Amino acid sequence: MGFADLANPSRFLSLAERALPWLVVATAAVFAIGLYQALLVAPDDYQQGATVKIMFIHVPNAWLAMLCWTVMSIAALGTLVWRHPLADVAAKAAAPLGTAFTFLCLVTGSLWGRPMWGAYWVWDGRLTSVLVLFLMYLAVLALWRTIEDPSRAARAVAILTLVGAINLPIIKFSVDWWATLHQPASVFRMGAPTIHPAILVPLLIMGVAFMLLFVTLHLAAMRNEILRRRVRTLLLMQAQAGA
Amino acid sequence: MHLGPYAAFIVAAYAAAFAVVTALIGWVVVDHRAQTRTLHDLEGRGIARRRSSRQEAL
Repeated sequence: MGFADLANPSRFLSLAERALPWLVVATAAVFAIGLYQALLVAPDDYQQGATVKIMFIHVPNAWLAMLCWTVMSIAALGTLVWRHPLADVAAKAAAPLGTAFTFLCLVTGSLWGRPMWGAYWVWDGRLTSVLVLFLMYLAVLALWRTIEDPSRAARAVAILTLVGAINLPIIKFSVDWWATLHQPASVFRMGAPTIHPAILVPLLIMGVAFMLLFVTLHLAAMRNEILRRRVRTLLLMQAQAGA
Repeated sequence: MHLGPYAAFIVAAYAAAFAVVTALIGWVVVDHRAQTRTLHDLEGRGIARRRSSRQEAL
């Protein structure tokens, strides 16, 4: 089954129905391994003590916050350039997930910052740019709800999404461009990661677990969105028949 | 597992993650049931979709 075949929503629904049970099992299994490693095996940090355990949920959520917007940006191109019928379905399904992951990134970051920095919040480059990302997600959700026609809403959201994508490199490089309280990149950086393998391995397992969670929820939310559009079509047909 | 003097912050972070992830899963499951029920209800009343264009296929 090629990429073009997925343009058929019925075929996509069939694929989703078959893949979702396997994805649910894989997500639960990797989460079980990751949480065991993070909470019971990984040692405390020599400076931060047990608060380093917050990193195992904060960092994956930060990665997903940016990944969701990247997915939405690719989908936006699909809507505007290729007019792929599932592109705006993918974008709409990813938006609430990205909002939730960004919210968790901010909340867990604040809960980590208070004991380590002495403050829940500072207006430094990394924190502020992630807050801007969260506000952009809220704007996208609002736009989806504001315009009733899904096709028109998709085009407006696609433009907003591509404009908002400018923020992604700002988030990534904010710790290099400005003097921030937030630590610099320690996993995805030039050269090797600066984290000890005893902590890096649980972090990567939790990263895979959250990634699988995103894929599972995104597929399920896309399936729901296709069904919602079918319901909308039938309701319009019913209204026309009654008129 | 000893969480040290900042245990409340660690527990609060994991509790927040658990709550949000549970809410996301709940939203997806409840939404799927609602859409499926409505679709079956409409199709049961004999309202059928046309399949003449890609957009209508959605």
